[in-house]
Amino acid sequence: MPLLSISNLEVEFETAEGVVKAVNGMTFDVFEGETLAIVGESGAGKSQLVLSFMGLLAENGSVSGEAKFRGEDLLQMKPRELNRIRGRHIAMIFQDPMTSLNPFLSIEKQMTEVVRHHQGLSREEARAHAVEMLRAVRIPDPEERIKQYPHEYSGGMRQRVMIAIGLLCAPELLIADEPSTALDVTVQAQITELVGELRKKTKMALVLITHDLAAVAEISDRIIVMYAGEAVETGTVDEIFYSPQHPYTRGLIASVPRLDRISDDELQAIPGNPPNLLELPIGCNFRDRCSEATEQCLERPPVWRATSGRTSRCFQGIEGGEIVNE
Amino acid sequence: MNKPVLRVQDLAVTFTSYTGNLFQRRQRQLRAVDGINFELNPGETLGIVGESGSGKSTLARAILGLIAPGRGRVMWNGEELTGLDEEALRQKRKELQIVFQDPVASLDPRMTAGDIIAEPLWTFYPNMERLQVEERTRGMMKVVGLLPNQINRYPHEFSGGQCQRIGIARSLVLNPKLLICDEPVSALDVSIQAQIINLLKDLQNKLGLALIFIAHDLSVVRHISDRVMVMYMGQAMEVSDKTKLYRRPLHPYTNALMKSVPVPDPKLAAAARQDSWLTGDMPSPYRRPKGCIFHNRCPFRVKRCEADIPALRRMEDGDWVACHRAEELDLSIQVAASG
Repeated sequence: MPLLSISNLEVEFETAEGVVKAVNGMTFDVFEGETLAIVGESGAGKSQLVLSFMGLLAENGSVSGEAKFRGEDLLQMKPRELNRIRGRHIAMIFQDPMTSLNPFLSIEKQMTEVVRHHQGLSREEARAHAVEMLRAVRIPDPEERIKQYPHEYSGGMRQRVMIAIGLLCAPELLIADEPSTALDVTVQAQITELVGELRKKTKMALVLITHDLAAVAEISDRIIVMYAGEAVETGTVDEIFYSPQHPYTRGLIASVPRLDRISDDELQAIPGNPPNLLELPIGCNFRDRCSEATEQCLERPPVWRATSGRTSRCFQGIEGGEIVNE
Repeated sequence: MNKPVLRVQDLAVTFTSYTGNLFQRRQRQLRAVDGINFELNPGETLGIVGESGSGKSTLARAILGLIAPGRGRVMWNGEELTGLDEEALRQKRKELQIVFQDPVASLDPRMTAGDIIAEPLWTFYPNMERLQVEERTRGMMKVVGLLPNQINRYPHEFSGGQCQRIGIARSLVLNPKLLICDEPVSALDVSIQAQIINLLKDLQNKLGLALIFIAHDLSVVRHISDRVMVMYMGQAMEVSDKTKLYRRPLHPYTNALMKSVPVPDPKLAAAARQDSWLTGDMPSPYRRPKGCIFHNRCPFRVKRCEADIPALRRMEDGDWVACHRAEELDLSIQVAASG
C-alpha cells in the first residue's frame, strides 16, 4: 500500500478576476522510503498541491478529490485530526529559512515545543533529543548553539535547523518546498548531501518541490513534471533525464546552465512565460511556448502511458505506450 | 588598446556596529569590501561571483556611490566619483545604472509598467514632452521584449521574468554607459533565467554597454562574462579571463564554487558529489581567520597559509590570484566537448 495516495486532486481559488484552477486533476502515489520530486515553474501549482492536502490553503482556496495517508483521507479530516498527523507523521519544510523560524524564540524553544507537544517528552528529554537532531544535520557544537536565536545562525544553518525540526518526530513523510532555493549554491550542495544521507538512514519518504531539475537529479527516485496545474510527464529519474518524452521536460533540462560542457552557443531558455491560469491557451497548455507544436495541439493532448508506468501528456506519445484517457 | 571606462582602485567599505549594553558600548568593524581593484573597458562584462556575505552587492553600491566607501577611488571616464557631492553624483547616475535582484519587490506595485519605466525620464528631464516620454517608454518596452500595449498594466499582472524586463527597461531608459546587474536572475525560474541573460547580452552588443554582472553561481555568469572576479569575505580571490577560469581555475575557492553547481544528470551528479570538498560556512566577518581568509575551508592549505596573507598577484598569463600555491596546484576541470 502506498504511504500517500493522491487521486483526482483539484484546487481552486476564488479571485476578483474569476475562479483560478491551480491544480487540475493530479493523481499519484508516494511509497515508503522513496523520494519523489515535483518539478515545475512558478505558478505550476506544485506548492498549492501540497498545501491543499496539508490543510494549509489560503482562505479563498478549496480542494476536492482524495488524499489518503495510510488509507485515511486527509481532506475529510477535522482540524484536530489533521494536527495529530501534521508534524508527527507528515512534516513540512518551507522555502525561506529566514522567515519560517520565529526570531523571538531560541532554537531550543522552537525545537522542544514540537516534541513536547507530539510525544509528551519532558523538558530534559526533549532537549537531549533536539541536540541529537542538530548534530545529525551537522550543526557544530549543538549543545551551545541550541541556546542561540535564529539571527545568530547563517542562512544555510537555519535551513539545517528547519530540516532538524522536520525530522524531530521521525515522520514517515517529509515534504520540502524548494528547501535550497534561497541559499547559495555551495550551501545547496551541502543540503542536498545531507538530505541524501538522511534518506539512506531512515525509511522516511520524501517529496521535494523545485523549479530546478538539476537540484534533484542526484536524490530523486521518481519525478513528476507539472505545468499549469497538471502533470505533463512522470517517470523514474533515469527516464526523465535520459529519455525525456515531453517537450516541456526537454526544455527544462536544456535550460540548466552547465559547467561540465564547453559551449559558447546561446543559452537555452524556454521562450515565453508561464501561462496565466485565467487565460489558458486552447488545446495543449504548453502550446504557445512549444517549439514542436503542430495544428493537432489545438486540441487537448491525451495522456500516454508506457509499460514501465511512465506517462506523458502530449500528442507525440511514448514509443510502445498507449493512450490512457480521452 | 581600449581605455577603461571604469577604474576601481583599492576600494573598501567598512560598517561599524555596536554591541554591549548602555554602559559598555563596544565598537565592531565589519570589513564588507576590503581593497578591491579592477578596470572595465567599454562593452566589456565583468562577472562577480561569491557566496552571500562576500561583499559583492556592497561593492556594487559603493561603485555607484550609494554607500560611501571608507577608502579607495572609483574613476569613471577619468573623473573621480568618490569625491563628488550628491547633486553631481546624481547627474552621473544617468550613465551608471543598476538592476536589482528581486524583480517583484523592486517595482512599486501601485505604478503601471509605463510609469515605472518612464520615472527616470521625469526625474532627469522634467520638461520632456509627454508624448516623447511615452514614445521612448514604448520603444524601451519593445527593446526588452515586452509588448508596448502592456504599458498600462501593473506589476502583479506580469510574471517574474517580465517584471525583471521592466526593471531592465527602467535602468536603460536614460541610455547609461554602465549597467550593474545585482543577481538579476537569482529569483527567477531556471527556465526563464537564460531569457534574461541572453537579453542582457544582446542589449550589451547593441548598445555597447559596459556590464557588471553579479551572481552567487558561476554557471550563471559564464555565458555573459569576459572576465570573472571571485570574491570571498570582501576580497578578490581570483580575477581571470573567462575561458581560462572555467577550464583551469587558479584558486581553490573558485574550484569549490564550480563543483557545487548542480548537474542535470543523475549519474554525473553522484560522481560530482564524491568529488566536492567544500565544507562548513564562511567564518563570521568579525572573526576573520589569520593568514589566508579561506584557509580554514581549504583542503590544500599548508602551514604558510595559516600565517601569511596571500596578496592578489598577477600570473604570467595576466590573470590575478590570491593563493600561495597557485602555481603548483592543478585544479583543471573535466569537461565534455559539445553542448
